[in-house]
Amino acid sequence: MSPTPKNPGTRNPGTDLRPDWFADIRINTPAVERRAATLPVRRSLKKDWQAAWLLNAVRCIDLTTLAGDDTEDRVARLCAKAMQPVAPDLLAAMGVEGLTTGAVCVYPTMVAAAKRALGNSGVPVASVATGFPAGLMPLDLRLAEIRFALDQGADEIDIVITRAHVLRGDWAALYDEIRAMREACGPARMKAILATGDLKSLENVARASHVAMQAGSDWIKTSTGKEGVNATLPVSLVMCRAIRDYQAQTGHRVGFKPAGGLRTAKDAISWQVLMREELGRDWLAPDLFRIGASSLLGDIERQISHHVTGRYAAAHRQAIA
Amino acid sequence: MSSVSKIMESMEYGPSVEDSGAVRDWLAGRGSFGHFIGGKFIKPGQTFVTSDPSTGEALAQVTQGTADDVAAAVRAARKAQTGWAKLSGGERARYLYAIARHVQKRERFLSVLETLDNGKPIRESRDIDIPLVARHFYHHAGWAELRDSEFPGHAPLGVCGQIIPWNFPLLMLAWKIAPALAAGNTVVLKPAEYTPLTALAFAGICQEVGLPAGVFNIVTGDGATGAALVGADVDKIAFTGSTEVGRAIAATLAGTGRRLTLELGGKSPFIVMADADLDAAVEGVVDSIWFNQGQVCCAGSRILVAEAVAERFEALLNARMARLRLGAPLDKSTDIGAIVDPVQKDRITAICRAATDAGAELIGGQPADGCFIAPGYLRNVTPANPGMEQEIFGPIATLSTFRTADEAVELANNTRYGLAGSVWSESAAVATDIAARVKAGVLWINCANLFDAAAPFGGYRESGFGREGGRAGMLDYLAEPAVKSVKEPKAQAPMAATGGEAGKAGGIDRTAKLYVGGAQKRPDGGASYAVPGGLAPLGNRKDIRNAVEAAAKAGAWAGMGGHARAQVLYYIAENLAARTGDFADLTGKAEAEAAVARAFHYAAWADKFDGRNLQARPGHLLNVIPEPWGVMGIACPNTQPLAGFMSLVMPAIAMGNRVVVIPAQDDPLAVADLYQVFDTSDLPGGVVNIVTGARDELAPVLAAHDEVAAMWYVGPSAGLERVERAAGGNLKPVWSPVNRDWTGGQAQGERFLRHATQWKTIWLPYGALPAGSGSAAY
Repeated sequence: MSPTPKNPGTRNPGTDLRPDWFADIRINTPAVERRAATLPVRRSLKKDWQAAWLLNAVRCIDLTTLAGDDTEDRVARLCAKAMQPVAPDLLAAMGVEGLTTGAVCVYPTMVAAAKRALGNSGVPVASVATGFPAGLMPLDLRLAEIRFALDQGADEIDIVITRAHVLRGDWAALYDEIRAMREACGPARMKAILATGDLKSLENVARASHVAMQAGSDWIKTSTGKEGVNATLPVSLVMCRAIRDYQAQTGHRVGFKPAGGLRTAKDAISWQVLMREELGRDWLAPDLFRIGASSLLGDIERQISHHVTGRYAAAHRQAIA
Repeated sequence: MSSVSKIMESMEYGPSVEDSGAVRDWLAGRGSFGHFIGGKFIKPGQTFVTSDPSTGEALAQVTQGTADDVAAAVRAARKAQTGWAKLSGGERARYLYAIARHVQKRERFLSVLETLDNGKPIRESRDIDIPLVARHFYHHAGWAELRDSEFPGHAPLGVCGQIIPWNFPLLMLAWKIAPALAAGNTVVLKPAEYTPLTALAFAGICQEVGLPAGVFNIVTGDGATGAALVGADVDKIAFTGSTEVGRAIAATLAGTGRRLTLELGGKSPFIVMADADLDAAVEGVVDSIWFNQGQVCCAGSRILVAEAVAERFEALLNARMARLRLGAPLDKSTDIGAIVDPVQKDRITAICRAATDAGAELIGGQPADGCFIAPGYLRNVTPANPGMEQEIFGPIATLSTFRTADEAVELANNTRYGLAGSVWSESAAVATDIAARVKAGVLWINCANLFDAAAPFGGYRESGFGREGGRAGMLDYLAEPAVKSVKEPKAQAPMAATGGEAGKAGGIDRTAKLYVGGAQKRPDGGASYAVPGGLAPLGNRKDIRNAVEAAAKAGAWAGMGGHARAQVLYYIAENLAARTGDFADLTGKAEAEAAVARAFHYAAWADKFDGRNLQARPGHLLNVIPEPWGVMGIACPNTQPLAGFMSLVMPAIAMGNRVVVIPAQDDPLAVADLYQVFDTSDLPGGVVNIVTGARDELAPVLAAHDEVAAMWYVGPSAGLERVERAAGGNLKPVWSPVNRDWTGGQAQGERFLRHATQWKTIWLPYGALPAGSGSAAY
């Protein structure tokens, strides 16, 4: 079965390793913090605009389950929610049709179940691979895992990098590893998880972002959701600026995926404001923006319900994932 | 397609307007405001309209204050002052604390009112202005509590007249009245004509918290009202506003003995080094010149970029500028609101036109319908371009390049102003060096426009003098412990004619000369005058000029550091001590011994008059350091020639200043004997320069010299008035210590050092790790 991505977009072919593009990078952490702190308070969305932006966030969610106790039935339930993320009556009240999440994201062994559950809905299945979450496995096994996931029908692959390569400044090793993964992915679009919570410094985050893009990643992604700190606005700001600079160098547009840290409707708005302000309107669509999240959707649905009905919603009245 | 679906296509922000209903109801209920005097709003007099600059809509009628209104307010403040000052620090603290709390409880109301009256974006009044107002009252509640223990022997000044600008109406009110009230003063405040409403709302808060009647009074009105306040029976004027008006106030107050602090204009440099985080620096520009529509006295309005990164910086700057949203101030997504008044809009566009006529290129910065101007900047600006020299006070920066750090500093300091500066570099070594070398009162390293109540704010040069915030700010509202004054003998007219007492003969004829640049010089006029012991050279204005020039060249003295200066002062003490007998013959033993004591005392202080590290905010290294003025002028008392001279000169040079001194007019020869002491004590040439002659002719020349940064004058009030008038030219502060027994204990101490220095506040945010990852900074 050949993968059929829903939003194929244009791939990022990558470049040769170009350390000179990031060798001189300077990042002042407190300044990044200040900018990240003002981003959400410089823009405000009300009424229909707020509802539209929240539904757009839904459109960009990679609805995720990556837990040790995942079962096929659990995954099927997740897929049902991905295909109908917001109650049809609420959508009808807003005149919105055909809303699904951007994808579902699961472990490789759950891909087949997800594909079955999603049928011909067009919702792509993303699979983590390459020794998720720590990545500390032999490279050949990590590449084999990609091939397994593709074989199971995965449309997108979320790879993890070897953090040690970043911490040791071994950019060639990092580049080679990601390049090999990109080749293993074939036509499936690839997201590179940098695990920014492990890289710690923002300069490391920026350099790893550049290498991941040079090696052909279609999205760069903050976190596995398993690090001590997952997606934060400051880290996301740094990655978005790297995407901007890479586009300026190559003309290629790379997507961004914050993961593990977005829980509230307010978070969903904040990150979209970040995308719009730093990268522009095009980065508010699922081919260039995904949100890795599980509980976020519930909060968004509650806000949507309030927008439509004027009453505050209770979680138990919404279909869970 | 539904509305929501359409927005999902465009992903525009849409309107998000803050509700102004409560504020409009309040305004409608009041309609017309009288002054707030003696705890009550009095009946409105002749009124003028204050309006919303973004729409032109009239908001309220406000009373034009007359001289009688001002006098009534001053009387009320005077009446209240004794009782207010008698309260314990703790009792005053409770009122200030209550004000802080009530500001917080009314923060939405005050934010909306501020935005309506001023035109600034609601995001700024809500997130910056009003929280800083509350912070200022909290901080000064603390100073009220601690006044007696932290400032022993100090007393309030009395009634303070305060005049504030329209760019941060309520915040400037807080900066002015919080320290005044904490110290035990009472206040008459004149808010800006364009923006009186939050002050009037604040008066309501004072009523709510039961602030005693008369402690805080408001008289609204225009510049004429302000002038009436300057001329009124107050003990201090504190003014924030334009340099022109500040100069006029300084002239009015000359010779009155009233205290004055001025926070004036600026044209602050914004230096981007090649190793800066350029995105951070661009965001710094947004927080500087594109903050509050650029109507910020300390805005980094002169962007100086290293040539090596200029192209990339400008590209990033343009991209960022394009995303700024110009629009309705009450819209929560607005970055740039309205200019405060059409008059200001015209002024900004006129300067931009003059700048482009002179060859500059304006990027962006176009006027829009209504009272709006888009953000922009001028490029291709030469140092003499009007856009580079004048404070535009609008959202328009200048952008120019430099090659080296040296050149960056030279360009940065190529201005008559000295309010603030911003330096961007990821090298701690480079950034801190540049922060030290930029002549300005506030330096932001890798940040811009950060403020805190604990961090002194105020200018160098023609940006004014005095500080607001922190310990330094409190001192500007306190009178130092009283000194026992001694009447100064009236000076004789210095006669250039021949005749009079002959020199103390017995040996070879001695010729006293001037001391300039470490060498003895004949006076330019070639004349001498008779003094006890012989003839003294009669200095003139050209001698003053030469002396200042020599002093200006001796800048290395400041860079030697406290320890090295202490060594020189100790050496002076040593050499003086060896000649105590000689000097005692000239001046008596007490003066000779006092001279040695002064050198020894200030040698001790030279490496101990320290700044402070403030604990105001986590993640910010916030240092307040005393810097020497540079070249100081000193006019000595006409008595106790040696002790007076040493008591004034030693503290000044201990702090790193170079001085031009006019010694005791009638009896300067003891000082002339000091030249040899200085020469043999390794005092670098030009640190001390001495011009003898007619003090009250020479002192105004010295005070008027633009290279001289501060002036000390001991002498009669008529002479002081002339000095203060002359000093207004470049707005140098004049300190006039009363004449005293210069051999006594009150002739030395820390107080002299405070007046020999100006405070520089340096902000350095730090943090290696991003939020949530365990950095101490967050």
